[in-house]
Amino acid sequence: MKPLDRKLLRDLWRLRGQVIAIAFIIASGVGVLVMSLTALEALVQTSDAYYERYRFAQVFANVKRAPEPLARRIADLPGVQTVETRIIQFAILDVEGFVEPVIGHLVSVPERGQPVLNRLALRSGRWISPGRVDEVIVGEPFAEAHGLTLGDSIEAIMNGNKRRLTIVGTALSPEFVYAIGPGALMPDDERYGILWMGEEALAAAYDLDGAFNEVSLSLLRGVNPDDVIDRLDQILARYGGVGAYARADQISNWFLMNELEQLRSLSSILPTIFLSVAAFLTNMVLARLIAIERSEIGLLKAFGYSSTAVAWHYAKMVLVIGGLGILLGWVIGYWLGLVNTTIYSNFYRFPFLYFRPGPTSFAIAGIVSLGAAMIGALGAVAQAARLSPAAAMQPPAPPAFHKSAARLVAAVGWLDQPTRMILRQIFRWPLRSFLTMTGISMAVAVLVTSMQWIDSIDRIIDVYFHQAQRQDVSVALVEPEDDTVIREFAALPGVLAAEPARIVTAKFIAGTREHRGSLHGVLPDPKLELVYDAGGTALRVPPEGLVMSTKLAEKLDLSVGDTARIEVLEGRRPTIAVPVVQLFETYMGMPAYMDLDALNRLLMEPQRVEYLSLLVDERAERALFAELKEMPEVAAVMLRRAAIATFQDTMAETLIIYVSFFVGFSCTLAFGVVYNSARIGLSERGRELATLRVLGFRRWEVSYILLGETGLLIFVGLPFGCLCGGALAWLMISAFETELYRVPLVIDPSTFGTAVLIALAATLASGLLVRRRLDSLDLIGVLKTRE
Amino acid sequence: MALAERDTPPAERVTTLATRGLTKVYGTGEVQVHALRGVDMALYESELIVLLGPSGSGKSTLLNILGGLDRPTDGQVHFYDRELTDFDERALTRYRRDHVGFVFQFYNLIPSLTALENVELVTEIARRPMDPAEALSLVGLGERLHHFPAQLSGGEQQRVAIARAIAKRPSVLLCDEPTGALDSATGILVLEAIQRVNRELGTTTALITHNAPIADMADRVVRFADGTIVEVRENAAKCEAKDLSW
Repeated sequence: MKPLDRKLLRDLWRLRGQVIAIAFIIASGVGVLVMSLTALEALVQTSDAYYERYRFAQVFANVKRAPEPLARRIADLPGVQTVETRIIQFAILDVEGFVEPVIGHLVSVPERGQPVLNRLALRSGRWISPGRVDEVIVGEPFAEAHGLTLGDSIEAIMNGNKRRLTIVGTALSPEFVYAIGPGALMPDDERYGILWMGEEALAAAYDLDGAFNEVSLSLLRGVNPDDVIDRLDQILARYGGVGAYARADQISNWFLMNELEQLRSLSSILPTIFLSVAAFLTNMVLARLIAIERSEIGLLKAFGYSSTAVAWHYAKMVLVIGGLGILLGWVIGYWLGLVNTTIYSNFYRFPFLYFRPGPTSFAIAGIVSLGAAMIGALGAVAQAARLSPAAAMQPPAPPAFHKSAARLVAAVGWLDQPTRMILRQIFRWPLRSFLTMTGISMAVAVLVTSMQWIDSIDRIIDVYFHQAQRQDVSVALVEPEDDTVIREFAALPGVLAAEPARIVTAKFIAGTREHRGSLHGVLPDPKLELVYDAGGTALRVPPEGLVMSTKLAEKLDLSVGDTARIEVLEGRRPTIAVPVVQLFETYMGMPAYMDLDALNRLLMEPQRVEYLSLLVDERAERALFAELKEMPEVAAVMLRRAAIATFQDTMAETLIIYVSFFVGFSCTLAFGVVYNSARIGLSERGRELATLRVLGFRRWEVSYILLGETGLLIFVGLPFGCLCGGALAWLMISAFETELYRVPLVIDPSTFGTAVLIALAATLASGLLVRRRLDSLDLIGVLKTRE
Repeated sequence: MALAERDTPPAERVTTLATRGLTKVYGTGEVQVHALRGVDMALYESELIVLLGPSGSGKSTLLNILGGLDRPTDGQVHFYDRELTDFDERALTRYRRDHVGFVFQFYNLIPSLTALENVELVTEIARRPMDPAEALSLVGLGERLHHFPAQLSGGEQQRVAIARAIAKRPSVLLCDEPTGALDSATGILVLEAIQRVNRELGTTTALITHNAPIADMADRVVRFADGTIVEVRENAAKCEAKDLSW
């Protein structure tokens, strides 16, 4: 081994504490990057393969009832490759041993085998037998949630008739990767299940012989789905079409794609922070090392080593530190990627999961990190190369302290000398002080950003589930009914109040902008499901005009006073022009409301009700559920309590894992920054501090001077970090904003407190480590030698 | 023993520091360096003593032990009636803080503090300090109070170090090669300052040097070789520092 390499190894060993601290920070950055990239890669590969292999359709359309021969006309549309017609219905299920009614999503499949599009991944059992009308294949998550096995049966109310269905198989489908029930925000496998039934059986049950109510298409390569959608809408309009939509708007796929998008933003923001800090620390440590080794560098050059050789010697040091961090980061990242992907696969159900990260993610992370470390080291290495041998062997000029800053400090008369030393040191190296402070700030910011999610989710739950919703149970009817149904429901056991509403599918149009969504007809002053502004007020819905969520108004570029054109896609399909009379802020969806009577008048279907909110006496719940399970007019039953529980459980599970990742990362960051700056301070000022000890300063007084500097920077860094955390949280939240939900920027004061405490604990730990070294300062040795 | 008998003080002299059988061994096992081999000596109040000897003769080790920076392997040190060798870490810090002033070859000033502030550093924690500006005037730096170390010459920096050492009115002033890094003209200025402090404040002063002519300014000269005292000599006629030359 060459002597220079031996020196390198010894230097690394001597600086091992700092080397490890920097390597860990690099590893954190690499880890987050590899985690996001590999999880992203796994999910993209998995979903692509799944969609491809199981022929996930590209365009979907629901109709009231269309004759089967229409499929030929659709197939003839330009750009259409394959057409699959189906029957899709919702039904109330009664699962033995489960008190609450379950929403069944019935989907037809050909009796003789797989459909052409949206094929099933059969997980157990077999395909349904032709002619057996009582056989079903159920969604695997639903079967798991209820412990249902092959041969078990469930009861369903289908078109008013109670039917006993036997499970012959379980399956997954590319259509239901993220399987959420109507009105739900999270998958609830206990209360929502997919049932695949034979086409004939479903047609017979719903009087749809020779007809279909859903059509899926695949398109020829390169065809724009929008053109096909327009033509399809024209064909389906007279059959009660409620508007075709592309795969991008298909609910399960939409959620999945959003998730991937969020992973992408995660992979850019956080690694940037970690790698910048790592670059700064590398620079700091290396610059210090080179300053200490000035005379050695001079000597090397005097012996005839070239500038390049000297630069390469120090560059190798960076390569080793960076390499260590990257290796560690790869391992951490691979493991986190696997954990992350596994978490995803709990919500996004795939029949297979590709977690075979290719070299690309690792290479990207490695190159980016090494690049960052190298950029950080560039200045220091260049400085070493530039030193001329003669100058290098002279001791460096003592650091000059600026008069102006000094006067400023001196002006504060009551400061003691140690405090002055601290302040002057900070002013003497403003950039370094700033970067140390920034490092701490970033640690706090990352903590605030990750923990802030808990506050935001709490706010969403509070506003959406507690403030805006007062009902216990919501019921969707199969068909709009006469409003006497309100009294019928009010008379059910335990029902204290019943409130009607109507929800119709509609296209909102303003100029060239349009949005396919739903229009809610509600009472002028609803008491159970409120029209609620996130700012904290319930709105009254005026007899005329539209009350619209700001997000929808934004999408359509409408403001109060403007008129929106609404194409109702149900019933008589009226097109109306309605003025926007009020806007309100929501976290969920993009709802629009109008008066129930006004909506019914427009539809020319007076006094119709399609949706009921019920206030229920908890003690009579069982009896109510038993009745609801038997009612033929009920299509779906939603429980607020269950929705909250699912939401909270899901969020808690995921958030706790993520928050702990980030707490770990932030501690690494805080620890690394403080440890490094204190160690460098110690190596630069060991002589000064030893002098003070000789002069009779006590250990804690000397510690105060060294750690006080870091402490003061932290003290300033903490609030700055809270501010940055707010900004970073805002950035993340903006990146995560979608049409379905907007996460409010809510940061509870206690979140700042916790973040600051965690950062302080990490800081304290590293401070104590350095303090131990401070206690064992060699008082004599340090004074005998010239620096 | 013979040395100790020769060293018997006249009745009126008060002993500030005294050592008995002082031994210091560095290293353990096979490689042992005996820095001090049973040194007995005394420092009397208000005297200026010069310790002479080649490097490695043990004079710095002695000074470090007297100053509470280091502990002997064997033997005792008495500071007035207290035994220094019994002191724990905390008590030694206290001792340095209250009673000892140090001056080193490399001035060890705090670069981030001005001359005045460097002195204040000590007066802030001392029991009965003098005015820092007065201490600096004593060493002839009354005009340069607000200069940072980087703005002072070597001799000036050393004089700040002396001012810093004496501003607490220490019982002993220990100077380890205070002129070692200076040219002779500047060195003499520094020695003048030390002499003036010794004379005007009556501070017991021990000064290490390997520069023999400096011995002429001492009350007593102690010569070291190989960890023991080889000669103690009283100067009948002390020389003024300004008259020295080398």
